[in-house]
This record gives sequence, C-alpha cells and structure tokens, in this order.
Amino acid sequence: MVLTEDGSLSEDSWRHLGDDEALPESDAVTVSFARWKKANGELHARNGKLGLRLPNDAPPEEVAPDLGRFDLIVLHFPKFTDGRAYSQARLLRARYGYKGELRASGNVLRDQLLFMRRCGFNSFVVDERAVREDWAKAFGEFDVFYQGAADSRPWVMRQRMKNAQ
Amino acid sequence: MYRYDDFDHRFVDERVAQYRDQVRRRLAGQLTEDEFRPLRLMNGLYLQLHAYMLRIAIPYGMLNATKLRKLAHITRKYDRGYGHFTTRQNLQLHWIKLEDTPDILAELASVEMHAIQTSGNSFRNTTTDPFAGVAADEIEDPRPYAEIIRQWATLHPEFSFLPRKFKIAVSSSKEDRAAVKMHDLGLYLRRNEQGEVGFEVLVGGGLGRTPYLAQTIKPFVARRDLLSYLEAALRVYNRYGRRDNLYKSRIKILVHSLGVAKFTEEVEAEWLASDREAVALPDTYVSEIASAFTPPSYNRAPWDEAAVQRAIASDKAFARWMKNNVFPHKVPGHAVVTISLKEVGKTPGDCSAEQMDLVAELADELSFGEARVAYEQNLVLPHVRREALYGLWKRLDAAGLGSSNIGQVTDIICCPGLDYCGLATARSIPVAQRIARHMAEKEDLVGKFNIKISGCINACGHHHLGHIGLLGVDKNGEEVYQITLGGDAGNNAAIGTIIGPAVKSDDVTRAIDTLIGVYTNLRQGEETFPETYRRVGTAPFKEALYGPH
Amino acid sequence: MQLVTGNRLRDGAVVYFAGAGRWSPEIGAALLVENDKAEALLAEAQQGPAPLPAVGIELIEATREAGHIRPVSLRERIRAFGPTTGPMAHHRASETARARS
Repeated sequence: MVLTEDGSLSEDSWRHLGDDEALPESDAVTVSFARWKKANGELHARNGKLGLRLPNDAPPEEVAPDLGRFDLIVLHFPKFTDGRAYSQARLLRARYGYKGELRASGNVLRDQLLFMRRCGFNSFVVDERAVREDWAKAFGEFDVFYQGAADSRPWVMRQRMKNAQ
Repeated sequence: MYRYDDFDHRFVDERVAQYRDQVRRRLAGQLTEDEFRPLRLMNGLYLQLHAYMLRIAIPYGMLNATKLRKLAHITRKYDRGYGHFTTRQNLQLHWIKLEDTPDILAELASVEMHAIQTSGNSFRNTTTDPFAGVAADEIEDPRPYAEIIRQWATLHPEFSFLPRKFKIAVSSSKEDRAAVKMHDLGLYLRRNEQGEVGFEVLVGGGLGRTPYLAQTIKPFVARRDLLSYLEAALRVYNRYGRRDNLYKSRIKILVHSLGVAKFTEEVEAEWLASDREAVALPDTYVSEIASAFTPPSYNRAPWDEAAVQRAIASDKAFARWMKNNVFPHKVPGHAVVTISLKEVGKTPGDCSAEQMDLVAELADELSFGEARVAYEQNLVLPHVRREALYGLWKRLDAAGLGSSNIGQVTDIICCPGLDYCGLATARSIPVAQRIARHMAEKEDLVGKFNIKISGCINACGHHHLGHIGLLGVDKNGEEVYQITLGGDAGNNAAIGTIIGPAVKSDDVTRAIDTLIGVYTNLRQGEETFPETYRRVGTAPFKEALYGPH
Repeated sequence: MQLVTGNRLRDGAVVYFAGAGRWSPEIGAALLVENDKAEALLAEAQQGPAPLPAVGIELIEATREAGHIRPVSLRERIRAFGPTTGPMAHHRASETARARS
C-alpha cells in the first residue's frame, strides 16, 4: 500500500521491474539504478511513465542531469535506523530540483513519516498497520520546526525574523 | 538564560504529546521493543540494570533556581530522591518507570526543560564552558551559539538517524574548559584580522574503543556560515559514515579512514555546492538570541574585602575552599564558585533533592538565580559577591556540599558503572570511593590532579583524558582495572597511555598511591602532573608499579 | 543451571520467569533448569500476546546454594540484590514499587 502526503492510502499502481524482466510498452514501471545506468536509450523510447529505484548509497549527483525523465523515484530504508535516504531525498529536491513523486520504501514506520515528509518524500510504502493505526496523523504531530529542510514549511528562525520586523 | 518563546513552548508540548502516544502504543503492543527503543532513546530513556534511566537535557549546562527546584521535585516524586550529573552536563535519574515518563516530560516542559536527543544516533547535548559569560579570558560569550546550534539540531529531519551519536562543544576562552578536542565536532570561537567573530572547526574527536582527538578542518568559518558549514559536515557523515559495524560508526573513524585532508575536501565541496543562504545566520538573529544572555545587573558598589581576608585568616577550612573552589570573575568584587559534588566517600556527581533545593535557594539569593553544571560533574554558582562567600560556604558545608577539592585528587570523574549501567563491565563508584578515602589526607601535598574512571570501554568517565585513567574490565568474572597515564582534557589535550597489565580491584588504591608518589617525588617546583610526565616519561611509573624490567 | 530474566516493561524492575506466563521480582520464584532445558525455557518465556510483560529477556547462569537461588555473574547479582554502594545500596526497584503502592 502507498500512503501519500495528503493522508490517503491506495494500492501501488506502479510495476517494479526486476533487472531481467522485459520492459512493457505503456505501463508505469520502475527500474533499478543498475539497469538504468546500463540501458538508457531503451528506457526512454516508450509511452509509459518511468520511475527509478535508488539504493541508499547511490549518489544523487549521478542522476541529477536526468531527473526530468522520471515521474517517480523510490528511495530505500533498509532499516529505519539507516538514515542515508534522508540526505538523498533532500538533495534530489532542494539541490537538483526534482519535481516528481519521491517515495520512501523499505522499513518505513509511522514515527519517521514526518522526518521523511520534511526531507521531500511525498509518498510512502507502508503495511496494513498504517490503516489500523491511522499513520497519517503523524504528519500533523508538529507545527513548529527548528530548521529548514526540503519542504515549504517555514522554520523558526524565519518566523522569528518576520515577527521582529 | 535563554527563555522559551511561543514557538519553543509549542514545540516541547507537541513533543510530549508525541511521546505520550508512543508510550501508549508500546504498552498496547502496537510497537515492538525494536521499534520503540530508538524512539524512547530520542527522549533520553534507557533501560539499565535496575530500572529505566532518564537522562534530562541541561543545554550547555545552564540551570536556574526554578529548574533546579523542579528537578528536585522530580527526583522525589518519580525517582529515589537523588540524581547524577554527567560528563556532558546532563542529569541522570536511575530508578524511572516507563509509565511515568510522559508525565515527567510534561513536568519538565513546564519549566522549559526536556530530555530530547540525550540519547540516540543524532545530536546530543551541545556543551560549553561552565564559566561562560563570566570568565575574564573569554573572547565572546559562547552560549548564544550553543543555543543556536541546539535549536537547529533539534529533530533535524535529515540528521535524526546518523550512523551514531554526535557530540558538539563550543569554547571561546583561552583556557578550554569544555574538553572541545574530545568531541565529534568542536568549535573554538575566534576573531579574524578584521576583528569579525567566527569559528575554528575541529572534527573527529571521541573516546571509547578507538580514542582520537579532534583535528582542525577549517581554521575560520565566518559566523554567518556556522550552520551551513555544520550541515555540510553532517551530510558527509550521514552519507559516508560506516553503518556496518557499531564500533566503527563515529565520525572519528570516517575522518581517519579518509584522512583529514580528504575529509575536509568533501566537506568543503558539499558546503560550496549547498544553498548557504538558506541557513545563513544574520547578525540581527544572533543578537536576538544573544540578548537572552546579557549579564545580570551586578552590584558594583565597593565590597568589604577586608572581611573576606579576616575570614580566610581565621578559618582554615574556609581558606582551603577559597583556594580550590573559588575562581576570579570578570566583574570586580565578584567570584565564580564551584560546588563540589565529590564529598569523600560519596558517589561522585550525585546530588540529593535536598541539595538541589539548597543550591536553588543559594542561586536565588546570591547568584541571580543562576547555576551551571561543569563536565567534571560539579555545580557552579557564577555570580557571587565576595562578601557573601563565607556565609555561602558555611551553608554548603552543612549540606555536604562544602568539599574543598575542585581539581584535586579527590575530585574524581566517575561514571555510574556496573552498580547501575547495563553497558558496564566493572564497577567504578566503589573504586572511586576507596581512592578518595585513601588520598584525602594527601590532597594538599599532591595538588592539582585528575583521576577519571570508566566502568567500560564506552568511556563515559573520560578515563582516556585523566592524568591517571582507570578502565574497569571483566577478566574471567573478576573486576580488573587497566591504568592509563598522561591524559588531559583541555588545551593540551592528550589520550593517556596504557602502562601495563590490568590491576586487580583490591590493588587499585595502592597502585594509585604508588603512581602519585612517583609524581610527587620527581616533580620539579610547581610542575603539574602532565608536565612531570612529559619530562620523565612512563618508565619511572611503570617501574614503581610493575617492578624493573 | 540457568534461569530466565528480564526487566518489566512498564517500570523496568528486574523480573524472573516463574513459568506459566508469570514474571516475579523475586529471584526465589524463578524457574531454575538444567542447561539442556534452558533453550526451551527461554522460548516459553518469549511466548504470549504483544506486549510481553518483560523486555530484554535472556538466559543467565545461576546456582542453588542452601536453598537460595544465586546468579553466577556479578552483574546479575547486582541486578538481583541492588547496587553495591551509594544511597540505594542493596535496594531493588521492585521494593520501592511495593512500598509506594
């Protein structure tokens, strides 16, 4: 199931292709980083939407020039305590200007959702607990933030300076 | 003292509500222990030998009377009536119940306190000099910068799941009283040729299995660029720090494996590529934060120094306390008082609820309500008029807080050890107590000396930085202690050297006595232990302890 | 011989597995078994609906001396009988919990 930033849950409409699976003409598919690096041309000469799955040690710099080609990028948390994808997300959004869907996958748990959202993720692969336990509430747990990130929420320094004027 | 504005109040209330729900979900079985553990650690809650342990944050060691009274109340209501001040200026309570913790955090929030990020793999308490704002050798008060860093580092969404913990310290005095070089990232406040304030940035310090001192990666970062530079360094660490091996995951390991030059290059490149304006610190904002730390309205009227001198002449015990515990203040007629939490025979760093209440009262009466925590696990009253010192000392002494041993051999830094801590391999407190009892009568003869004791390799007692350091280990079920010599925490920071085989628990006191005896025999003039040690080397000490080779 | 110990989830008190889903703060109530039965005991202690009443559940070595169960390691003796020094010497969390209620 995929949770989106507005709190709605839906079935995943994307197909996530293994490296040896044939590329369908028009479905929305994601391919692995390894496959994309090898087979650039074939991937872009088709009708369907294209997405990219990055391992959490893949340098965002490498995909930066081609971000416009992707409607979805999937980043990965092998364990929720491995926070490398937070930096990847923030760089993709804030430095390289990625505008498509940025999805968190792997060990995605309720108590990290707000951190993920702030780093620029706008969709999250979750299990059925997300329904039972209303994980969408996590997005609203704080409305005060002490630092800027990759979302548009103003942070405290900006708000204080505005108030001081 | 920094006072919360509406944003800060709201934030800490939201945090308490979030945590309360996390505890509810844990107790309802909706969160496994593996899922819950990092969450409770991010609110300072450990599970230790006897109970849960709560580590309450005391940002850069600053307390006031209201906070102290609340801490005293919390130790009475939810714990066993005492707390333990740590080497990172925090307070630990060792008998906590999980089900009480949401209420404890709510009580802390009511006095602008919390336990946020006192554990977990993110930013820990940013510490500074306990004499900040009152020391004569200070360039500029470091506390506004510690506060700015504290806020920026609080629930930072990109850096809340680092490879490991991250400790920052700031110092701006000639004398480093914050042990900057043992931190993951250290900042020395500097002025450039134009007289502008900035920071020397050091990275890669840390104790534990592989102790290192931090190394300078940038001699001067302009004040405006402080946060952007920190972000760059943290991003390099978050991306490249090792996550495969718990014992190799601190930033010091990354700095050493890349080499300082390459590490610095990575940070510099990241910094140049980043949007530095997004986190630039304008002068107006720094001034706004700094306005919370303006000096109190000191009474600058002439003071009766003759009365102070009469008291010193007539009361030997008071004279001793004046000599060891009282330090010069920027403002004439005032003094900085260090209150010893190292009464001989007691647990180093412990403070009872009654003692906390007394310090609060004394702070209110004599120190503009302010008190601080020093990383040596003692307390500081930063603004006392000299005429008040004799009366102050008498009241402290009556409460077991009058020990005149700051910086002396019985001012031992000691972690809780195996009596309390789930990570410990040996006990530390009884060892400290035996050493203190034995060395007490020789204290004046020995002079300045620091012994630091850790009950395990995690080195919370900073043993690597002790003139003599003791590390307790388990050898086939027996507690033995490895001895290091020549460590130092300040400007001449040094990691101690192991001098020989570990010593049995029963032999430790005699070993310490022998080693200190070598020092007092060999020292020339007023040499401190590090000076003597650097001059004569380890050989005389080894020989005295282990016999000739 | 071995027994199973942990800390009570809600208050962190040291507890010992007494069989049939029960956990006791008294080491005297612990189920002490021969080494070849230890793994089975551990598995039994880890059964039950979430949340289990104890966390950090593990096997430790212990002996029976003059009718009293005594852990072998110093660490476990400190957990059973309290800190060896300080204001709470020989105190256990469970004692205060009972005293307060």
